[in-house]
Amino acid sequence: MATEATYIAQSPDIASSTLGDDTMIMSTLDSTLFILNSVGTVIWKAADGATPLSRIVQEKVCAEFDVSETQALVDAKEFVEKLAQHGILHVSGEPVPRKEMA
Amino acid sequence: MSLLEEMNRKATAFGVPLSVHLDLTWRCNEQCVHCYLDHDGKGEMTTAEIKDVIRQVAECGTFFLSISGGEPLLRRDCFEILEYARALRLNVKLKTNAVMIGPGEAARIRQLGIEQVQISVYSHRAEVHDAITKLPGSFRRTIDAIRHLKENGVKVSITNILMKPNAGHGKAVKQLADELAVAFHIDPTITPKLNGDWSITSLGISGKELEEVYHTEEFVGNVGEFCSPVSTVDEDVLKEYSCSAGHTLAYISPFGDVFPCVGFPMLCGNLRKQSFNEIWRHSAALTELRSVHMRDLPVCSQCIHVAYCSRCPGLAYMEGDPRGPSSRDCEKSYARTGVPVLIQSATGDRVPLDARGSVRITEVPRDPS
Repeated sequence: MATEATYIAQSPDIASSTLGDDTMIMSTLDSTLFILNSVGTVIWKAADGATPLSRIVQEKVCAEFDVSETQALVDAKEFVEKLAQHGILHVSGEPVPRKEMA
Repeated sequence: MSLLEEMNRKATAFGVPLSVHLDLTWRCNEQCVHCYLDHDGKGEMTTAEIKDVIRQVAECGTFFLSISGGEPLLRRDCFEILEYARALRLNVKLKTNAVMIGPGEAARIRQLGIEQVQISVYSHRAEVHDAITKLPGSFRRTIDAIRHLKENGVKVSITNILMKPNAGHGKAVKQLADELAVAFHIDPTITPKLNGDWSITSLGISGKELEEVYHTEEFVGNVGEFCSPVSTVDEDVLKEYSCSAGHTLAYISPFGDVFPCVGFPMLCGNLRKQSFNEIWRHSAALTELRSVHMRDLPVCSQCIHVAYCSRCPGLAYMEGDPRGPSSRDCEKSYARTGVPVLIQSATGDRVPLDARGSVRITEVPRDPS
């Protein structure tokens, strides 16, 4: 379960591209296609494995969108868990070492 | 509307080349009887040039990249190029005859996260497949490769291109695909050579055989739904484009030439002279292509099949009129629905357009209203 001390990293097993404010992501494992909206795109782009989710919400999401930090964090955790279920994001309680492409 | 359709609409609106087809080479170890390419390898882009092209298309927003040929694995740098494309997070499909894929190559393809490997299988009978590819043993090698890919968890899709030498083999190839647990597509289209030579189209199956294909559940799913004519032709239909060529799709040859699609040999620019972005945004040919909606097609806009016709602007271009019908698709609409291809004359009468393509329509009066 995602907490404030959660670190998130983009999986290498995906394809992604930005289209306007949205991001298309497809899992190469199961071909599931996701379209992230502008808020999701901000979180996705910041998912470097080194920045805690709480800081991403505080410094990126709340800085760009009119939303309370508490609500944004609740929504972000839900979002992260959904992507993690499909292997799109790696979630960890500690910083995730950058995994290079095979 | 599916997510993909939604993104295609958005890409069209933003002018993003969502899909790019890149041929690494036109050289091939098979010499298929119906191939639309010549097999000259002189002047192919270098590894560095190809990587730069891939970087450019990724920067322009490309998501789907099809790596093809010729046989792409004939290039020693094929895996290096695939790896580079995947490092840029592109969704990569590999189109290959697979005869050079052994267990090691299959494992590498899986490791790279290639979305799908697309392979042509012409027949369930080795001698028929090999006669089409003109490579003895190619059927066995291709099928072995499919097994290696499957063992490594790679998604594979078989395409069965139907023509006279393998007419009627579709169902057996579909059964073979089921046994191999891979996806299956049937394609009854033989396209002319890119150099304008139409002789190979004589290999295409007959109208009667086409009709049988379109009325076979294994190939089209729900036959009733697939073959039902749609009579509604409204403004929404007429403001659409024929297809994604030049709108969200581009083709790049091994020599850096850019076209709207692999089946649409209208040169838009060359990547050794201009950037991809410059060609995609400012090519006069693409600008002209993008200005043409269905309502601007003098024949097709008057045709009762316009709502569901698979009109190929590339074939129309090769027939000599980019705004004209592609007669093979007129034939397909007829085979699919049984409804003759009719167009509206100046007097409001509906008159037949020869559905077999034996008569080229050069002038059709428009409805003055």
